[in-house]
Amino acid sequence: MSSSTVHAFDEAGFEALLDHVAEPDWLVALRREAFEHASKMDWPHRRHEEWIRTDIRTFQLNKYGLPNFAGAEALPNSPHQLVEGVELGGRIETVDSGVVTHSLSQELADKGVVFGPLSEIANSHPDLVRPHLFTAFDPDHDKFAALHAAFMSGGQFLYVPRGVTITQPLHIGSIMTDGGTDTTHTLVVVEEGAEATVLHESNSLDPNAGGLHLGSIELIQKPGSHLRFVSLQEWGHKAYHFAQQKAVIDRDCTLQWTIAAMGSMLSKVNQTVDLVGPGADSQVNGVMFTEGRQHLAYHTQQHHRAPSCHSDFLYKSAQQDKSRTVWRGMIKVDPIAQKTDGYQRNDNLVLSPAARADSIPGLEIEADDVRCTHGSTTSKVDEEQIFYARCRGFTQKEATRMIVTGFFQQIFDRITIESVREALGAAIARQVREYE
Amino acid sequence: MTHVLKIEDLHVSVGDKPILRGVNLTINHGETHALMGPNGSGKSTLGLAIMGHPGYEVTGGSITLDGADVLDMEPDERARAGIFMAFQRPMAIPGVKMADFLRHATTNVRRPDRKEGEELIPMREFRKELKDKMEHLRMDVEFARRYVNDGFSGGEMKRAEILQLAMLQPKFAVLDETDSGLDADAVRLASESIADIGHQKMGLLIITHHDKLLEHNPPQFTHVMLGGRLVETGGKELAEELHRHGYDRIRKAYPEAEARNQEMLAEEAIV
Repeated sequence: MSSSTVHAFDEAGFEALLDHVAEPDWLVALRREAFEHASKMDWPHRRHEEWIRTDIRTFQLNKYGLPNFAGAEALPNSPHQLVEGVELGGRIETVDSGVVTHSLSQELADKGVVFGPLSEIANSHPDLVRPHLFTAFDPDHDKFAALHAAFMSGGQFLYVPRGVTITQPLHIGSIMTDGGTDTTHTLVVVEEGAEATVLHESNSLDPNAGGLHLGSIELIQKPGSHLRFVSLQEWGHKAYHFAQQKAVIDRDCTLQWTIAAMGSMLSKVNQTVDLVGPGADSQVNGVMFTEGRQHLAYHTQQHHRAPSCHSDFLYKSAQQDKSRTVWRGMIKVDPIAQKTDGYQRNDNLVLSPAARADSIPGLEIEADDVRCTHGSTTSKVDEEQIFYARCRGFTQKEATRMIVTGFFQQIFDRITIESVREALGAAIARQVREYE
Repeated sequence: MTHVLKIEDLHVSVGDKPILRGVNLTINHGETHALMGPNGSGKSTLGLAIMGHPGYEVTGGSITLDGADVLDMEPDERARAGIFMAFQRPMAIPGVKMADFLRHATTNVRRPDRKEGEELIPMREFRKELKDKMEHLRMDVEFARRYVNDGFSGGEMKRAEILQLAMLQPKFAVLDETDSGLDADAVRLASESIADIGHQKMGLLIITHHDKLLEHNPPQFTHVMLGGRLVETGGKELAEELHRHGYDRIRKAYPEAEARNQEMLAEEAIV
């Protein structure tokens, strides 16, 4: 890091961060409580169900400094891809959790849209931030969550007022330098009948970079609102990525949440959608593509807390080399949530003999009038498919690339934003290689 | 120059089980050959060996195209050299649209020297040609937007194979039961399409159990395979005889080949 003092994840570092961010008392109190809890908490136990497949014994917090809360400088070349050819309504970019640029179009500002650094807006619009912050995210979930809550920096806040439709996507980009730390917290509040599209992406500058991300995304949707949220994770392949990502969607809302997880050495992510009002409708799409010794663990939940909601979930994962993905999914249906229509599916394409896919669907249903289906498949690239394509003139490599791309197509078909399809396609193409 | 596909004393094994035991067959460009024979006699094996399926090991003999050693070529090199097979059971490739698959295939076959990553034939030009071919084959253009063989009915798969034949315009084509699993109307349509695209324009090796396909594509030569060998070769009238009377005469005339055929069938049943 370039700053002269590197603070650690300790009390002195915590106080230095509080001094610098100058946040309102209620937020400082939240942080202090989280810091206190984090200090008392142990690291997750290996035998804990969420961690049984994800070994963090080599992770050492003291190898990382605090994020660059004192201010970072913009980088000459932004690695972000989702913005290609897109006319944005606004953007925020951070480097190691330090905000380097943020903007919002005048047109949207005039409509009452609020979009900017979380710390600033907590001061200027506490009435918008305070009722929502940490309502979806649980700082007590585990030590990683508590640390995030205490040390978050460079967060982003979006507020879309009642009835406002934002057609131009808003972009949130986080960049991490090699060995850096990112603790960004994304909070999105979409008021009644409002509509927005958010493109969120995380990049390291170098695909082999290390670093630590302790993050969270909170998406709060009021009745009848619509949100498309895209999240592309391309941290360097030596980085740790611990995050809680949760949406809470109310009556007659629609949420389309697309996740692409390509980066990091080790990811442990909880992605949850809570459907809290009748008629809420969520669609979650996920792409995971791993290589080398990457380990990506995603624990997902579709929590039906109100009747007559629909949740659709599809993750497609491909693994090559010695990499491994873990997907553990749950559709949870509360007793009140009659007429639930829930679907979850995870397909895996294992591309090398040493790669591995753990796919564990789950249902926990406490209502009696529901329709819930789930499925999980794990397959290899079929030699007969390759041969068939080769008989039509495709080389071995072209055939493999085509089959892997085809495997992900079902997700692409669900994505309506062209820049997202292209960025994802390019990310997948970069990673595919020849298999024997 | 007339192109020639020449198969000499071809021996093919699957695993360590010999299937083909010395097949000789010469196909000149423009000729139509019928390949007939009871189940398990090795007809599909011949097709797959011609294409270079990695599971079919050539243990002896040769295949040449205009004198060039086909056995030395990878399957995609064979395709680019102008050899084609319509599969009995084509593979589905989910997520890959027929049009995209065909555009890439057509480019590679027409430009055999194309390197990976080089430009494909221009979209407009390709679309127009594909549309024309599909209309000609009385296929719904919507078909091009579907994923390759994914969820296709038996008939649709065969139609898709014929469309590929039409687009790729090979010098030689093996049609492996391109008329099976179809209703009478579909068989007639397939037969007419093949006659239109391939008859006298390619060297055709037609594997079939039905007579309709050969009615529209009268073969100059009919070969009968039994126990991994071509035991008899005749003209169009041999195919007609076999359609009418079955294989009893052949089985009796070649008891050794028949015994081997029964062995191969029994082994297939175990697998």
